[in-house]
Amino acid sequence: MKYADEFRDKTIARGLARAIGAEAESQSEYRFMEFCGGHTHAISRYGLEDMLPANVRMIHGPGCPVCVLPASRIDMAIRLAERPEVTLCVYGDLMRVPGSQGKSLLTAKAFGADIRMVYSTLDAIRIAEQAPNREVVFFAIGFETTTPPTAVMIRLAEKKWLKSFSVFCNHVLTPSAMHSILESPDIRNIGRVEVDGFLGPAHVSAIIGTEPYEVLAQQFGKPIVIAGFEPLDMMQAILMLVRQVNEGRHEVENQYSRAVTRKGNRRAQEEVSDIFELRDQFEWRGLGLVPHSGLKLKQAYAQFDAEMRFAMHEVRVADNPACECGAILRGVKRPVDCELFGTVCTPEIPTGSCMVSSEGACAAHWTYGRFRDYQLRRA
Amino acid sequence: MRATAYQRKLDVKNGRIDLSHGAGGRAMAQLISGLFHEAFGNEWLARGNDQAAFDVGAGRMVMTTDGYVVSPLFFPGGNIGSLAVHGTINDVAMGGARPLYLSASFIIEEGFRFSDLKTIADSMGEAARAAGVYIITGDTKVVERGKADGLFISTTGVGVLADGLDLSAEKARVGDRVLVSGSLGDHGTAIMSRRQNLAFETEIVSDSAALHDLVALMVAAGGSSIRVMRDPTRGGLAAMLNEIAHQSGLGFRLQEEAIPVKPAVAAACELLGLDPLHVANEGKLVAIVAPDMADAVLAAMKAHPLGCDAADIGEAVADNHQFVQMSTGFGGGRIVDWLAGEQLPRIC
Ligand code: SF4
Repeated sequence: MKYADEFRDKTIARGLARAIGAEAESQSEYRFMEFCGGHTHAISRYGLEDMLPANVRMIHGPGCPVCVLPASRIDMAIRLAERPEVTLCVYGDLMRVPGSQGKSLLTAKAFGADIRMVYSTLDAIRIAEQAPNREVVFFAIGFETTTPPTAVMIRLAEKKWLKSFSVFCNHVLTPSAMHSILESPDIRNIGRVEVDGFLGPAHVSAIIGTEPYEVLAQQFGKPIVIAGFEPLDMMQAILMLVRQVNEGRHEVENQYSRAVTRKGNRRAQEEVSDIFELRDQFEWRGLGLVPHSGLKLKQAYAQFDAEMRFAMHEVRVADNPACECGAILRGVKRPVDCELFGTVCTPEIPTGSCMVSSEGACAAHWTYGRFRDYQLRRA
Repeated sequence: MRATAYQRKLDVKNGRIDLSHGAGGRAMAQLISGLFHEAFGNEWLARGNDQAAFDVGAGRMVMTTDGYVVSPLFFPGGNIGSLAVHGTINDVAMGGARPLYLSASFIIEEGFRFSDLKTIADSMGEAARAAGVYIITGDTKVVERGKADGLFISTTGVGVLADGLDLSAEKARVGDRVLVSGSLGDHGTAIMSRRQNLAFETEIVSDSAALHDLVALMVAAGGSSIRVMRDPTRGGLAAMLNEIAHQSGLGFRLQEEAIPVKPAVAAACELLGLDPLHVANEGKLVAIVAPDMADAVLAAMKAHPLGCDAADIGEAVADNHQFVQMSTGFGGGRIVDWLAGEQLPRIC
């Protein structure tokens, strides 16, 4: 693994940690939100928090597509899968997400629903080809990174004349969510932690480029540094953020220039805009209804739209009132602040969505970092 | 189970299992004598009884049983048959015992190819012979198509334990060293890469192997200073150490840099979103050894081909929370937790 080792070098890491420590002014607090679940996961997995000075704190944002999927969409998927004619193709990490009744796709499968775990969109196409008499539905989910493969899949299905194949589309958009964290109507209820800057997503930005973040950085006066997923990438990006804060700048900088450009991947963007269009609004778990933050299939592709095909209806449901996911996704609270953390809610039996995917803030903290809570208490 | 002369020969090349092969009649007897006896060939089976009487040496008996339901049945470095033999031998050996005899029970799906069954039985016979262990009794059932995923095997193993040896998780003490016999994650990654048809440049091969010889060397070198021995199969090193932590009431502190993982395995895990510490091994063991004897046991491990990459990866510590903690190669700290449910590739 030559390629990755270079980005995990302990000596360079120590050097960066020293530089961050030296440049972070001791009387100031630096609170940076990593938007992306990939970053949250890597921070916990490599123990990055241990390398940062106490006044530089990472806040885990909402950037895990599984975590922000509301229970109502899971309910819809379960109802769909329970139809006798339907085969539902799902990515593995969605299987354990609880719907509103505590039921998950995994339980629905155990009760006989035809649900298949797939690893790629191509698996779903293959299943559809092998079962022409079944209604095969692909549960599409993810940010800008996973949308182009879904678009390509729909094209392929069209080309192959797959008449009983469709997509349950749950693709969402990153910049709208960042906007909503910084400014949304219910901020008054939940409150908001001051964020001094953002670690911008890596893979997402490879598709959309850095340009879409520029208006956010300007409008809210927050620096944004696009960072890769390797721990050294993140350390370097954090140093860049500290510098911007010290210098009073709020620009979009690109640490991840080996994969990200300002304009992004045009072909992928075109592919997506050919097939998808914006929804007026989409519900995010913990963030509520966020305007223009989700995608649906265009009218021309309605035959591939499972929501049209099966007249699926969304019924908004309330989350478990004790679950603090909303506050956690905004960085207002930490996982330990939730009274369900580690008691009622663990990765084995998650209550809230932040506990389901390994990229969720609660799961990452439980799986990799919870020893720190006891150290704190002991201290 | 008596083998006598019968009508037509088994068409091993083109034939398939049908329901008659499990019905207790002639076809079944033919399958057993023509295929299993041939592959396992030993004096106990040849007597054709429903059970086998055998001699036991001095010491305490050890017994274990295990079911094998793997997909795919064939993978780089082995198949379900060799895996079943190695796995059961290892379970006996992890008690510090010398494995002697195995039983094997087959649940076969109607339609299963004879040729595949023969390959599997042959490799079981081979694995057992190489280990000096005998498969002395067994059972065959055939179920209708769709009721089993090709083939399930369950095996029971017995062995003898030298007097005075008593390995058990609650014997671990603060300061004990954690030794692993070689690189982690090979088996699970080989299976996963096959399942997903990933063509890696270097093929990742399962580490499936019988570890009783290695164990014998270790026991000779370390005796009862070896407190616990276990093979990190499903759930990998992470699950195994968490289990021992709970049983012993201790915590563990590991050094990520000391844990051997092959570069190809690390790369594949990266790609699949897996953690090598959670991935299954079938030819590795972990030993918790008293600190004063750890070096001697480690040297004994390194002297055996299956332990040549053995390493000291950390120690047992006092911890009421029974955490398995690790200093990451990057310089931070983290927990090495159990896996929640199945290890599933992440979506992005
Ligand atoms: S611990 Fe569980 S219930 Fe509480 S905020 Fe996290 S995910 Fe939600």
